[in-house]
Amino acid sequence: MSRMWQVHELRDRYDAVIIGGGAHGLCCAYYLASEHGINNVAVLEKRYIGSGGSGRNTAIVRSNYLTPAGVRFYDASLKLYERMAVELDINVMLSQRGHITLAHNDISLRTMRRRAEVNRLQGVESRLILPDEIKQLCPVLDVSDRPRYPIIGALYHPPGGIIRHDAVVWGYAHQADAHGVHIHQMTEVTGIEVSGAKVTGVKTNRGQIKTETVLNATAGWCSTISAMAGLRLPVITSPLQAAVTEPLKPFLDVVVVSGSLHVYVSQSDRGELVMGASVDPFPSYSSRGSLDFAESLASHIIELMPGLQRVRLMRQWAGIVDMTPDYSPIMGFTPVEGFFVDVGWGTYGFKASPIAGKMLAECIATKRTPDLITPFSLSRFNEFDLMGEAGAASVGH
Amino acid sequence: MLILKCPNCGQRNVSEFRNGGEYRPRPSRPLDADDQQWSNYVFFRHNVSGLQKEWWYHRNGCGLWFLAERHTKTNEILSTFRWGPDRTE
Repeated sequence: MSRMWQVHELRDRYDAVIIGGGAHGLCCAYYLASEHGINNVAVLEKRYIGSGGSGRNTAIVRSNYLTPAGVRFYDASLKLYERMAVELDINVMLSQRGHITLAHNDISLRTMRRRAEVNRLQGVESRLILPDEIKQLCPVLDVSDRPRYPIIGALYHPPGGIIRHDAVVWGYAHQADAHGVHIHQMTEVTGIEVSGAKVTGVKTNRGQIKTETVLNATAGWCSTISAMAGLRLPVITSPLQAAVTEPLKPFLDVVVVSGSLHVYVSQSDRGELVMGASVDPFPSYSSRGSLDFAESLASHIIELMPGLQRVRLMRQWAGIVDMTPDYSPIMGFTPVEGFFVDVGWGTYGFKASPIAGKMLAECIATKRTPDLITPFSLSRFNEFDLMGEAGAASVGH
Repeated sequence: MLILKCPNCGQRNVSEFRNGGEYRPRPSRPLDADDQQWSNYVFFRHNVSGLQKEWWYHRNGCGLWFLAERHTKTNEILSTFRWGPDRTE
């Protein structure tokens, strides 16, 4: 049996260089090679593929966003996830088990009503449900008025669910490799050569590469890569932590989110509870876990599901995320010719990888911004035309 | 937990403070600054992986806004000091 992807010598010239070997970068490489016939492509990853956000997220997929442009975009992504197993010939273990976002006060209920209406106008299944239906969908939740923050309603999004994120990365890597893409692991970019506001090459720890096209798909590190091309971004890097418990018998077959209590939780096929909470309280490039996080996560999850009091936390970790002022990504062209960005994903990056990769590939190949991603251009900040997606955040901020 | 030294109150847990983001000077002539300059000031950041000069606010304490030099990779805090024309260029 051949390997999922091959090891290659670094060529001294590529038609496109993608920086960042996560789901986004590998997906873009796959579409460049498979749909646009651009095969002389390198994906450069400073560690191993999927070692950043792609392997550190809580593997949730959904499209119940707040802005119409956001809903359309993430729905297109979910559609690609739905046929990914067939297209990439790998079991990505997609489980569209339903996604419930709880409201504990009138303000969040109002935002959810708005999200439900926006979603339905865009053809995405989402509706507001009341405590008796919440109890039916998820009996473990305490929907009485006993808790400090009682559950008064929820946004129910049936197509939402979980997926195996490593398989997504490996699937794209395998298919990109099969189409001739070079995946270079342990290859760190140390500089980007720009001449007359045009990209001319990339410097790495393994040597120089000549290229006219570079895509920055490095999430938390995107500011450092962009700075090499002399470009500043409206991005702040912060750690986002997550944790898993010991395995339990299956009892939770929906994804449960509570923005007010800063917690989101799902049960993996192994029985572990996969949980996340808030972005760390101050910006940092450190991916160390903290006791504060574990304490606050535990107190919140017990508020929601008191039965979990004696369950042990098995491990916790952090990834670094690239937050933008409007909680929306930045995709497409930059003032530096040939330097494309796929950044600013904040806490929404993994969910978007299939469609982001596909759109960026189209953007790079056709030199035209596809309609689906025009609202997410870098220029929106100079035009003061921001997106406003904060209301759809599961993660606390 | 990270410990930060407030110039007024001394060493306190970081949970008492709120981070105010990297230090960045306002456009020097605000009335003459164009949209581009304001957008650069309001939205764009250096966001360095390394030494950063940044604002902190002692929210659950004396209420002082002060500056710190912190390494954003290791979270090591080299110094904290009051704002003053001599310390901020």
